Amino acid sequence: MARFDWVKAAPWICVIALVVLWEAAVHAFGIAYYILPPPSGIAFAFVEFGHALWTNSLQTLWTTLLGFAIAVVFGLALGLFVGWNRAIYAGLYPLMVGFNSIPKVAVVPILVLWFGTGWVPAVLTAFLISFFPIVVNVATGLATIEPEMEDVLRALGAKKIDIMTKVGIPRSLPYFFGSLKVAITLAFIGSVLSETVAANKGLGHMMLTAQANFEVPLVFACLVALAIEGISMYAVMAWLEMRMTGWAHRSGFAH
Amino acid sequence: MSEPAFIALNDVYLRYPAHQDEEGTLAVAGLNMRVEKGEFVAVVGPSGCGKSTLMKLATGLNFPTEGSVHIDGAPVTGPVSIAGMAFQNPVMLPWRRTTENVLLPLEIVAPHRQRMRTHKAEYRERAETLLASVGLAGAGDQYPWQLSGGMQQRASLCRALIHQPELLMLDEPFAALDAFTREELWCVIRDLHAQRGFTTVLVTHDLHEAVFLADRIFVMSARPGRILVERVVDVARPRELDVLYEPAFVEIVQELRGHIAAARG
Repeated sequence: MARFDWVKAAPWICVIALVVLWEAAVHAFGIAYYILPPPSGIAFAFVEFGHALWTNSLQTLWTTLLGFAIAVVFGLALGLFVGWNRAIYAGLYPLMVGFNSIPKVAVVPILVLWFGTGWVPAVLTAFLISFFPIVVNVATGLATIEPEMEDVLRALGAKKIDIMTKVGIPRSLPYFFGSLKVAITLAFIGSVLSETVAANKGLGHMMLTAQANFEVPLVFACLVALAIEGISMYAVMAWLEMRMTGWAHRSGFAH
Repeated sequence: MSEPAFIALNDVYLRYPAHQDEEGTLAVAGLNMRVEKGEFVAVVGPSGCGKSTLMKLATGLNFPTEGSVHIDGAPVTGPVSIAGMAFQNPVMLPWRRTTENVLLPLEIVAPHRQRMRTHKAEYRERAETLLASVGLAGAGDQYPWQLSGGMQQRASLCRALIHQPELLMLDEPFAALDAFTREELWCVIRDLHAQRGFTTVLVTHDLHEAVFLADRIFVMSARPGRILVERVVDVARPRELDVLYEPAFVEIVQELRGHIAAARG
């Protein structure tokens, strides 16, 4: 009999403990269901509105993934461009920081103005909110090439493109894959944000409708669905990171 | 001088472009140096005396503000391609196995660059042979971060030599190693130089290292750097590590120490 693996079990124990405590607290203090529904009430909402929750989750999933995909392509390209040269970096960095500082909730109305309500603003918000970390990480990876390495290659007559393909790009990959974990979470926030402001589908929209109808357990069910979706996408990105850049996680080889 | 020297720095001044301050730094001023083909020279001097600048001048990574640099009789107008370099930091690429790290220069330098794909096995064998000659037989399939500091530095030497350069530039390559490993590597370098006869410029802070390895030693002044003293090491080759404790050897070290103390002011 193998010993009980506390580290593996810990996440499940914490989740179960939270659910139990929550359920107990709601009953013990007699909290009204429209203030804070108990987990059992949320579970009922899941059963009752299962189909609607599923279709809206899928809607949010694909808008998020589409926005994220655009962010990856654009972020990678811009990151390589910005990291190519110090002058480009210096020129564009303040612009990007400025753009990133704008709360995206303020951008959604403009997107609605241009594209109308629906999935387009959700995809674009997901994209706009999530490309920044990708750009910064890729550019950082390129900018932190060891000067000695650059000297070794330049003394051999290497062109900038050689240094980038042999050293810069492989070097920035761990930064890139690391940034995907952050970016996917942000993209998700972006699409849900846009859905709550201007959409007729998606979890964000569903939550708003449920709130208007005073279906508080359903509001919470939407939140739980969001959390599950968020964790899943994060997990996929974390797995991808380990898979693609194992060399950067050296201790991982010891296991 | 009848024959032009392999490396000739003629009255070189180099001022780095200003960043914040208006002046810019004058790294070397009135630097004169000649190194003959196949010679092993060492450059010693106080910290920040422009030794690394000298390395960059001799490999065509930097150009003099005034004066001229000639390598093999021709003025240096760009990276020289005939040089291999090794530094204090071995800077291996962690995503490549040691053999692939060693082969990196061949992916850059003509004509290997074009032949690399078709003659992969032949080049791999060359790398394995070179690794074996520095005591790294069988380590080629390991990643550099699986190797000790001394082994990484050996691999870094192999990378500097894989394209059979005529000039080897060493910038304090053993400074981060423990004393025993350092002495082992001195012998590795000594033997490689004896076998292959490439011209070597070693920049170091370690006077024993300089005297043990070099034919001639240049003492540089504090910044802006120039050559203060040129000392021929009249210790017979081949040199074994015992030579470190012989009076003639110690005398040269003491003499150099005096010059550097004076240069530090």
